[in-house]
Amino acid sequence: MTTLVFCIILLAGAYLAGLVGSLTGLGGGVVIIPLLTLIFHIDIRYAIGAALLASIATSSGAASAYVKEGITNIRLGMFLEIATTIGAVVGALIAVYTPTNTIAIMFGSILIFSAAMTLRKKNQEALAEGSKLSYLLKLNNSYPTKEGNVEYKLKNVGAGFSIMAVAGVLSGLLGIGSGALKVLAMDSTMRIPFKVSTTTSNFMIGVTAAASAVVYLQRGYMDPGLAFPVILGVLGGAFTGSKLLTRIDPKALRLIFCLAITFVAVEMIYNGYNHKF
Amino acid sequence: MKKVISKSFWVDKDVEQLIGELLRYGVMIASIIVLLGGIICLYQQGQLTVPSRHTFTGEGASYTTVKGIINGVRNLNAPDIIQLGVLAVIATPILRIAFSLVAFVVEKDKLYVFITLLVLCVMLFSMFSGLKV
Repeated sequence: MTTLVFCIILLAGAYLAGLVGSLTGLGGGVVIIPLLTLIFHIDIRYAIGAALLASIATSSGAASAYVKEGITNIRLGMFLEIATTIGAVVGALIAVYTPTNTIAIMFGSILIFSAAMTLRKKNQEALAEGSKLSYLLKLNNSYPTKEGNVEYKLKNVGAGFSIMAVAGVLSGLLGIGSGALKVLAMDSTMRIPFKVSTTTSNFMIGVTAAASAVVYLQRGYMDPGLAFPVILGVLGGAFTGSKLLTRIDPKALRLIFCLAITFVAVEMIYNGYNHKF
Repeated sequence: MKKVISKSFWVDKDVEQLIGELLRYGVMIASIIVLLGGIICLYQQGQLTVPSRHTFTGEGASYTTVKGIINGVRNLNAPDIIQLGVLAVIATPILRIAFSLVAFVVEKDKLYVFITLLVLCVMLFSMFSGLKV
């Protein structure tokens, strides 16, 4: 295969990854790793490098819009980034000592978890009373809705912080944004309305992924030949997805995608188990 | 430039709007650089066979250090131009933290100046410590 053909196929694949990733909320990075490893048989370490770049680029692109609309809770994001960045650096450090098949099995498990998280019921209501720590850290805020500004408070700050640290480690280890875990920490544990959780999670993914990307770049995981089609493809797909999102109902799409992701995850786990990585 | 330092600039403009713009321009600049490098790369090597990536060998120093990348860009080495774009992708969220820091300093929010500094320190640690195993 010539480089030109390879780039065109990968560009198209990355575009699809960004499109479906943005429509379902799972992000493009999650699709990039199975695409590169299972279809192109590329070493999972190069795939991790490429997926990290895809995660950062989509996070920055999407976050810019949400921040402008005033939905993202910047203070909350900043505070939780202490946990995610430390976790990400730790994850990137232990990645060297983790066999690639173990990484593949972990990645498959996280995929299934992410798919399940996408289908579950979301927390919509805003808490009226927050915990002491939430006042101390000035984390309570409001966000705009059709009915006007909604005030919300939050609780279980410590528990949310701990889950964020785990999300950071997994992000650094597997090269993903681990958005599903971030949303779990904010939405289910800290009881933040879903819209704020997802946008703040998206906002944080870029910083979390950048913390480990710096380490991976220095270790030679970032291949320019992969970075070029992956960054452009995923960004283009995510951009199209954000335009389509207002016009289509993503419910059915989400269900199909989650089934597909589970299938891919099982294959990753199976291959990892049989030492095919 | 004088205006940027004054407090009124930050209050008037609303820091959140500025952070949003920074993120968007970061992504735009990065993708333009990557596209440019990619086109040159395909023009020069498009007909060659794809190098094998079945086994991990890691990229050389010319792609993994800022010095190596800048040197390559000076010589118009296409993969290095792409790597410069990669650096821009990674730098965007890091710049965003630095930007938030300034914002919290202007707002005199000491707690969040401290929190932001902490995150920035973690990023600097991963950049400059001996993480290269």
